[in-house]
Amino acid sequence: MIEAKNISKWFDGQQILFDINATLETGKTNLIIGQSGSGKTVFMKCLIGLLTPEEGEIYYDGRSFRTMNANERRNLRTEIGMLFQGSALFDNETVLGNVMFPLKMFSPLSRKEQLERAHFCIRRVGLENADDKYPSEISGGMQKRVAIARAIALNPKYLFCDEPNSGLDPKTSILIDELLSDITHEYQMTTVINTHDMNSVLGIGEKIIFINKGHCDWQGNDKSIFRSKSQSLNDFVFASELFREVKVFLEREYEAHNSEK
Amino acid sequence: MVSGIKTFGKYCIFLCQVFRIPDKWKVFFKNLLFEISKLGVDSIPLVIIISIFIGAVICIQMTINIVSPLIPSYSTGLATREILLLEFSSTMMSLILAGKVGSNIASEIGTMRVTEQIDAMDIMGVKSANFIVLPKIIGFVAFVPVLCVLSMFMGLLGGWAVAEFTTMISVEDYIYGIQSFFNEWYVWYGIIKTVVFAFLISSIAAFYGYYVKGGALEVGKASTSAVVSSSILILLADVILTKLLLQ
Repeated sequence: MIEAKNISKWFDGQQILFDINATLETGKTNLIIGQSGSGKTVFMKCLIGLLTPEEGEIYYDGRSFRTMNANERRNLRTEIGMLFQGSALFDNETVLGNVMFPLKMFSPLSRKEQLERAHFCIRRVGLENADDKYPSEISGGMQKRVAIARAIALNPKYLFCDEPNSGLDPKTSILIDELLSDITHEYQMTTVINTHDMNSVLGIGEKIIFINKGHCDWQGNDKSIFRSKSQSLNDFVFASELFREVKVFLEREYEAHNSEK
Repeated sequence: MVSGIKTFGKYCIFLCQVFRIPDKWKVFFKNLLFEISKLGVDSIPLVIIISIFIGAVICIQMTINIVSPLIPSYSTGLATREILLLEFSSTMMSLILAGKVGSNIASEIGTMRVTEQIDAMDIMGVKSANFIVLPKIIGFVAFVPVLCVLSMFMGLLGGWAVAEFTTMISVEDYIYGIQSFFNEWYVWYGIIKTVVFAFLISSIAAFYGYYVKGGALEVGKASTSAVVSSSILILLADVILTKLLLQ
């Protein structure tokens, strides 16, 4: 579990995050949603430790990030897996080389065991016969899968994903979402996904945190999001005609269900 | 001025991050061999071609310009050798390598930065500056004396080709000239200068690449800045080292 308490962040005198409190739960897919420029990426970078918030504390299973020394932080980092928006695969390494990288750097396993683990991770994300290919030789969806395989290679306790669906077609996006959800439940990880893809929100949003103009305006899940009274959230979620129609339909269903009771 | 001091301070901090004990020596040595091959061995053809032609041109110019009956005919070979050993194979070759190797390092690391590959390493807990940059600096600095000596030899060979294939100077005079009044220290002087220049080229290029912000355009700018800055600093260091080593 990751707890963010009273997180505030400034850039060049301008406040970006305002006193954000959030709990990201273990074994669940926790989604941070919000419009572009709302501060969700800054919040995520604060959670990972790439940015240091001016105010507030972040606790990883009760361990305060701020009070950790350099060694403790390095140890914590080996418990973190990260999937970047652009996959961030190493260009000069093959698919296998990319997945092997964290194992080579941090794993006490023998070379043979490292290879077995890397092959297991590659198979787990559904990639076959791609070991010797370079990132430039595979599709965007396959790159995401490789990045997921690399992120889970060390069996992380925390998995962060920055817009995992960006640049992918809807079908591949759903496959990546399902894969992230399955892995989260399988390994009981604390998964944090930064997204503004509504398919992801409704598909895998077990815990949703809505950031609006640097404020945490709403927290809930994929069920309660349709009944939220938050105007800013409704403006964001139901921006499209399709989702407005879905909302009306679901509200009718909900009322019919209640009246039957 | 203040900006310059800030940049120098940032560069020093960057070097402190680079010169740390590697996480895994095995991985470091593998990367080191790769960088020696990429930055050093791959530069050999360029060094050979440029040195032969410049050596030949220096020899021709010396022959044309040294026409006094008071100056012995072997002085062409002697002057060619001194120019190659003292300045061309160290400083001029380093300026050329600053373009090839410096832009290569800056653009490679810059691209890694803008595509978040460096962030990925940081999040994994890898000391990214140390992991990426240290093998490049050590690899280039370790191999560059080979390039310097090779350049000296190839330059002299270029001069010999002029003597052999033209009637401007006899081969005997040229060979006698390049053997006359030989000071071994000049070879060491060239090598020492080249090692210092190699450190400047690789570390400055890595510094510019590592701190790139933005996209492809900024990577290109960083690459250009790296070549310009390292070229200026090579010339500055050349003056200081010449004063220190030859006086």
